[in-house]
Amino acid sequence: MEILIKQFSWLIPVLPLIGFLLNGIPTALGIPLSRRYVSFIACGAMLLSFIMSVCVFSVLSNMPAVERSFTQVLWPWIHVGLLRVDLAFLFDALSIVMALVVTGVGFLIHVYSIGYMRDDPSFGRFFTYLNLFCFMMLVLVLGNNLLLLFVGWEGVGLCSYLLIGFWFKDKANGAAGMKAFIVNRIGDFGMMLGLIILFWALYEAGRPTLVFSEMQSFAGPLSQVPLLGVSAVTIICLLLFVGATGKSAQVPLYVWLPDAMAGPTPVSALIHAATMVTAGVYLIGRLNWLFVLSDYALVVVATIGAFTAFIAATIGFAQNDIKKVLAYSTVSQLGFMMLAMGSGAFAAGIFHLTTHAFFKACLFLGSGSVIMAMHHEQDMRKMGGLRKYMPITFITFLVATVAICGIFPFAGFFSKDEILWQVFNRGSFAGWYYFLWAIGFMGALGTAFYMVRVVVMTFFGKCHAADHGHTPKESPLSVTFPLIVLGVLSAFAGFLNVPYILNSLFGGHSNGLFTDWLSTVIPQVVHHEVHAIEWVLMLLSVFAAAGMMYGSYILYTKRNDLVEKFTQKFQKIYLIVLDKYFVDEFYHSVFVVNLLRLNNAMAWFDRTVIDGLVNLIGKFTVVYSNIIGWCDDFFVDGVVNGLANGVCLLGAKMRRLQTGSIQHYAYVAFAGIVAILIIKLFI
Amino acid sequence: MVENVNFFSDLINEPYLTLLIFLPLMGILILSFIPRHNHTLLKGLTLLIFAIEALISFKVYSLFQNTGMLSEFMVNIPWIKSWHIYYFLGIDGVSLLLIVLTTITMPLTLIGTWHAVQKNVKFYLICLLFLQTGIIGVFSALDLFLFYVFWEVMLIPMYFLIGVWGGENRIYASLKFFIYTMAGSVIMLVAILYLYFQAGQSFNLLELYNYHLSFTAQCLVFLALALAFAIKVPLFPFHTWLPDAHVQAPTAGSVILAGILLKMGTYGFFRFGIPLFPEAMIYFQDYLMIIAVIGIIYGALVAMVQPDMKKLIAYSSVSHMGVVMLGLFSLNITGMTGGLYQVFNHAISTGALFLLIGMLYDRTHTRQIKDYSGLAKLMPAYAICFIVVTLSSIGVPLTNGFVGEFLTLLGTFQVNPIMGILGTTGVVLGAVYMLWLVERIFFGPVKETKGTHKDLNAREIAVMVIIMIFIFWLGIFPKSFLTKIESSAEIILLTMDDERFLTTTEIVE
Repeated sequence: MEILIKQFSWLIPVLPLIGFLLNGIPTALGIPLSRRYVSFIACGAMLLSFIMSVCVFSVLSNMPAVERSFTQVLWPWIHVGLLRVDLAFLFDALSIVMALVVTGVGFLIHVYSIGYMRDDPSFGRFFTYLNLFCFMMLVLVLGNNLLLLFVGWEGVGLCSYLLIGFWFKDKANGAAGMKAFIVNRIGDFGMMLGLIILFWALYEAGRPTLVFSEMQSFAGPLSQVPLLGVSAVTIICLLLFVGATGKSAQVPLYVWLPDAMAGPTPVSALIHAATMVTAGVYLIGRLNWLFVLSDYALVVVATIGAFTAFIAATIGFAQNDIKKVLAYSTVSQLGFMMLAMGSGAFAAGIFHLTTHAFFKACLFLGSGSVIMAMHHEQDMRKMGGLRKYMPITFITFLVATVAICGIFPFAGFFSKDEILWQVFNRGSFAGWYYFLWAIGFMGALGTAFYMVRVVVMTFFGKCHAADHGHTPKESPLSVTFPLIVLGVLSAFAGFLNVPYILNSLFGGHSNGLFTDWLSTVIPQVVHHEVHAIEWVLMLLSVFAAAGMMYGSYILYTKRNDLVEKFTQKFQKIYLIVLDKYFVDEFYHSVFVVNLLRLNNAMAWFDRTVIDGLVNLIGKFTVVYSNIIGWCDDFFVDGVVNGLANGVCLLGAKMRRLQTGSIQHYAYVAFAGIVAILIIKLFI
Repeated sequence: MVENVNFFSDLINEPYLTLLIFLPLMGILILSFIPRHNHTLLKGLTLLIFAIEALISFKVYSLFQNTGMLSEFMVNIPWIKSWHIYYFLGIDGVSLLLIVLTTITMPLTLIGTWHAVQKNVKFYLICLLFLQTGIIGVFSALDLFLFYVFWEVMLIPMYFLIGVWGGENRIYASLKFFIYTMAGSVIMLVAILYLYFQAGQSFNLLELYNYHLSFTAQCLVFLALALAFAIKVPLFPFHTWLPDAHVQAPTAGSVILAGILLKMGTYGFFRFGIPLFPEAMIYFQDYLMIIAVIGIIYGALVAMVQPDMKKLIAYSSVSHMGVVMLGLFSLNITGMTGGLYQVFNHAISTGALFLLIGMLYDRTHTRQIKDYSGLAKLMPAYAICFIVVTLSSIGVPLTNGFVGEFLTLLGTFQVNPIMGILGTTGVVLGAVYMLWLVERIFFGPVKETKGTHKDLNAREIAVMVIIMIFIFWLGIFPKSFLTKIESSAEIILLTMDDERFLTTTEIVE
């Protein structure tokens, strides 16, 4: 059985691909498919893939911890020069966790989509894209080398592009998709450079390869390779991080993610919250051995992460579109994950990735349920009081909110608190990490504030929808079922990784199940003593978050006048935050406009200067030819004609000599004889 | 008498290349006896000849040993004995793939543009057949004079294709194309003749590989040849004939131009420029790489603001060919293999884009981007084909474009990191102009233009499906192709290294 599972483990990514083909080919050819068939194929593929992942997981967990991984080579891909890259999948502790998240959450969102998209005319196309996305995402997490990871990396970007622009008849949606793709390409530019430099640095270190397991064993010599006066590793890490910045929507490349909300809500949940956007975090987790070689790179990662977490949270305060708030919240949470990675708390970051997948997917799906009930209204100011009409949506949304705010014992508490503690505990770099902790802490408080604001504006207060004469209804089972599963996971998944400090209360010495599980890929930090300060920080963050939540609740239910007053008084700040700090406008006026200017200048240059030169040469040749032609007529031909005319003329003159009179000839003969005699005599 | 026996035995032993070259000429002969009004029969016969050609080339592909020798399928028959000119053919991995590319592209182009040409069909088909003879001749000639003959021969049908069946400004474009290329080839002829007399009156390429010229002579002859090839590629700044030729040419002309003719420049550099003049090549390497990189960035920037689809793709060709040349000039095995692989990718993706634009133009008679919007709603199958080809063009992984692009950049990086970095920007810019094009044409509110918006018919879909199969095949299973290219590139690099070694010892003495 075990061998069988190992042999067929490639089915995990391939099953969604089969689903993609089965739905995609008829759809492309315009053959109508029944909704039942489409959803059966698409969801079935995901379910089987999930089951397969569980099987592989159980096989892995039965293996001894030291050798807990296996690789499956499908076929050699690119073998040129020194490069040896295969299409091969790596199954180890980290990749299987990612695969479980992708297929599990993916399956739930597929089921959800049956209900959400049921009236859409492009039902088949939607599931085709969704399956393709899952395939690409699985290639990303399962690829056994960096180039295959890059394949998935670009592939998910492509699917994201297609799904954001899914309702392409609206001009803005297509533009949002394009923006996402191009911003990501800027990130990929860095990633590609990083990948290439890594390859050649490894060549210097003795082994040019892109296979993860082989690279890691050359970490030592690699750290000695210099480049531009610094360690090559630092440059490589920073370049790879540029890629992660694009995909995981970090400052300054986060701008595409809020726009990406133009896509259907299940897409926002799956791609732009639970899976694709975490690819950057996964990349760093996968290459954690590389990043620990460079403290500078880690500091940069942590700093970008902390600022992303904070800035996005503040923007979340002022948004009124429910999906936009959740989008900024996602950016902010991704910032937390990056902060964890940058603090060397890789396992904590991956754990936050996992719990975030649960509660953020739950929130997005919940918002989708609300949007459906509100007939595609996304403005929260027009919602309110929905908890009476949509109890399941309300409760799951609330649970997920509490989870994201980090309240004990919900999932977010375990993951976020661990991150903040590890950041604080790192403390190096002249205390810079303490500062980052403070930023992260404020970001967490901000999260608590704006999330409760969302809950209150949507579910509490007066029902504005009822004013317009329609009563919102709870969504069908295919929508509520995933909500319930994800709600339960948001509530309890945290216990998968109970931190050392809580374990020690009960006499345990574990760093948490999840951290232990990952220890074969991500080396564990050695046990720390329980510091009083850890307790203080933990309690501080829980109570502060709870306080924020309460404050927000009061403000938005009972003291709305205070909110009004605040926005009146600090109108300028409010407007700046409302307009997201004008980052988009800045990018537009600096990059887009100038790029277009450059393009036009170049096009002008091409037309006028280069082509002008070519035409000038052409014209010159013509003019030159005309001159030559004239010369030819006048001189060359002139000489020829002149000669002929001369001969003619001469002939005419000479003719006179032929008089035919014998006397003339005699005179001439006589004159000739005289002449000869004279010459003979005197010379 | 003895020689006559040799003559035939050589041909009988290795008949395939000769067949490939002369079968289209036979076709022209047959075609000339068919009444000019019977379009279907004319086209059918031409297609049949193309199909036979394709089959022969597959046979050659299957017989190809990839032994790592300079060439296989050699035929060497005296042609003009007093001048030491031979009918000398032979192919290596790269020429083999280029020949297969040609024999596949031609029938696909004919099918894809089946109804596009209505006037003077007979002459049009004769031009296509004649082109095929010239192209295959160029890719298989090992005698410099023979090469030059084929190189020139192929100009004539192309000139007519643009000049007779082209757009409004076709006379200007065809003249520009003809004179520009002609100027290059005249200089090339001088260089070839110089080489001939220097090397003791030999046009034999394999012998010339071993002949060592002085450094100055190398530089001069290299520059002369490089100019001819650079015009053909085209490298910046010799590219301005290309947009005009592409825009004015009929669809088939554009496809063949982008798919095959541009590759002759690359092939020239690979087969002649680099191995014949290694020291000159090394001396000029940096400059050539800079020119290639300028082409990549410049082409992309100019492409972005073109209002005409064909012109946009033409400039993207300049950018893509820059990538090809960057790989080739890197003179290391990875980069060269990548660059040469990119030759095929560019042929497939750009050829397919021109085909698609032609299909659209047949329906609506406009190529202006601003005339379109929301086309994905009206022509969904067309949109899918276009987007898949676009992905291949911008090098998304698992399509063919990625493999070549990545290898090129990887190789370039080892030689010259700065050029590598600058070349990589092409990756971003390529995505910008192509996706912007897709977004403007296919997405947004539906806009009805004049003409019909019928989706692709079965014939057109069949052509596109074949192309898409190649896109993914070359992207997912590139190994068998890469091995062939790699061993060819390796041999070329080896010949180079030999000579470099020779010169260093000479200097020591």
